[in-house]
Amino acid sequence: MSYKGIERILAAFFCTVIMLFACQKTFAQTTEGAEAENVEAVAEATEEEAFDAGPFIIEHVIDSYGWHICGDGDKSVTIPLPIILFDDGHAVVFLSNKLHHGEAAYNGYAMGWGENKGRIVKLDGDLYSEYTGHLEEGMEYPCHVCKWDISITKNVCALLISLILISCIFLSVAKRYREHPDEAPSGLQAFVEPVIVFIQDEVITPSLGKNSNKYAPYLLTLFFFIFLNNIMGIIPIFPGGANLTGNIAITGILALITFFVTTFSSGKEYWVDIFNTPGVPWWLKIPLPIMPMVEVIGIFTKPFVLMVRLFANITAGHIITLAFVSLIFIFGQMNPVIGWAVSPVSVFFYIFMGLMELLVAFIQAFVFTLLSAMYIGMAIGEEEHEEEATVVEA
Amino acid sequence: MELIKPSFGLIFWMLIGFGILFFILAKFAWPIITNGIASRNKKINDQLEEAAKIHEEMESLNKKHEEMLAQAKSERDAILAEARKVSEEMYEKAKLKASAESQAMIEDAKKSIYFEKMKAITDAKNAIANFSIDIAQKVLTEELKDRDKQEAIVEKWMDDIHFN
Repeated sequence: MSYKGIERILAAFFCTVIMLFACQKTFAQTTEGAEAENVEAVAEATEEEAFDAGPFIIEHVIDSYGWHICGDGDKSVTIPLPIILFDDGHAVVFLSNKLHHGEAAYNGYAMGWGENKGRIVKLDGDLYSEYTGHLEEGMEYPCHVCKWDISITKNVCALLISLILISCIFLSVAKRYREHPDEAPSGLQAFVEPVIVFIQDEVITPSLGKNSNKYAPYLLTLFFFIFLNNIMGIIPIFPGGANLTGNIAITGILALITFFVTTFSSGKEYWVDIFNTPGVPWWLKIPLPIMPMVEVIGIFTKPFVLMVRLFANITAGHIITLAFVSLIFIFGQMNPVIGWAVSPVSVFFYIFMGLMELLVAFIQAFVFTLLSAMYIGMAIGEEEHEEEATVVEA
Repeated sequence: MELIKPSFGLIFWMLIGFGILFFILAKFAWPIITNGIASRNKKINDQLEEAAKIHEEMESLNKKHEEMLAQAKSERDAILAEARKVSEEMYEKAKLKASAESQAMIEDAKKSIYFEKMKAITDAKNAIANFSIDIAQKVLTEELKDRDKQEAIVEKWMDDIHFN
């Protein structure tokens, strides 16, 4: 089918949607007088459980204490995950389903609200410090945030799953190499090997040259960790679906590790380049060290940008796909017919974005690894790698 | 705000988890995998080189073989030609010899035939002479029985003799 054909079908589809929308409005207007009370009642009812896309999307991209599978409210199916806290010097462990999605407290612990939303709080005061039971919505209980919270949240759980998965994949691949040396790759090995070779030949070796072997394990681990978790993030149901690489803590730690590796593997030239940048007029260094300041800031902006890039790309992708899904419900609220009518378009764009995310999953893993390799390569300060290091940053 | 606020728990688990992952993979997976790939690459390259070498060798061997074949062919041809020549010569010689021999035999036969013939002729001549002498003797004795006839003959002979 040609592009024009698709265009025409889409146009016709949108016309139908708009017409339905208009019909509903006129219908509402004509019946306004007769069924004013009824309409008002319906509107109130819908307003009460009105679908709000913003919180819906944010809820899906942030971390949570339980792994929500399906359903809503009390009928929802959620995998309870352990909450582990260090409060006043002793460990507290209980399952997240005790909190009933923030509607109940357990031994004085509850889900935070207001500015503490999404964190576990300890209720203060004699009345509530050991309180277990229902919490009234909207009521301000005295509380403080538990700082030392190492709960197995959804993202930690996803992290553990991915760690096991990656370990299994690469240990089995390594086993195959050990047991069948110098044989043609097969199965999982054949799937993984081209990617490893690609990363080695296109990323590690050009950036690091003869130091490749020393840093290859870190960079390969980095790439496959990001890539696999990006892919898992796209899968909407249980083992996937956690927005791990779209979490600032995860990307931050990865960037921090790269920062430390870069700093500790730096040679003399790296620091000379920073504090006495060659090829820059002297008045930019003395008396006011403008260039050194810029360079020193650069040390920190590089990993910062790494962190933000991965976080933003993955989270943005998820937000867009969720927004397309939300569209169905937003239109469905106006009229179920419109909701149904919009859904194919939403699903089409959802699939489109999903494919896009697949691409982004690879690209971002690649870019993170590439830039890490370049930063390390630059820090080691091999003359021959300087040219490659100036490749445009994605 | 929650979106960009890193939580302590996740940082904690991430550091531990990624550390363990890195340790496991760096110790038990990556060296084996990268060395495996490198060793296979090396093996493949070596084998390709070897194959090229063998190919070259084969080619040179082939060439040698062909050369040898050609040489053998030319040698065979030369030998054949020589043999043909020799055999032809031998044939010619044999032919000549045979013809000479047969000629000689024919000559011999002819000679012996001639001698036999001559002998026979001589014998016949001798016999004829003897017969004629006998006959002449008989005729003469018969003729010269009377005196007249003797005188007539003497006279006739005397006439024939002319004294010059």
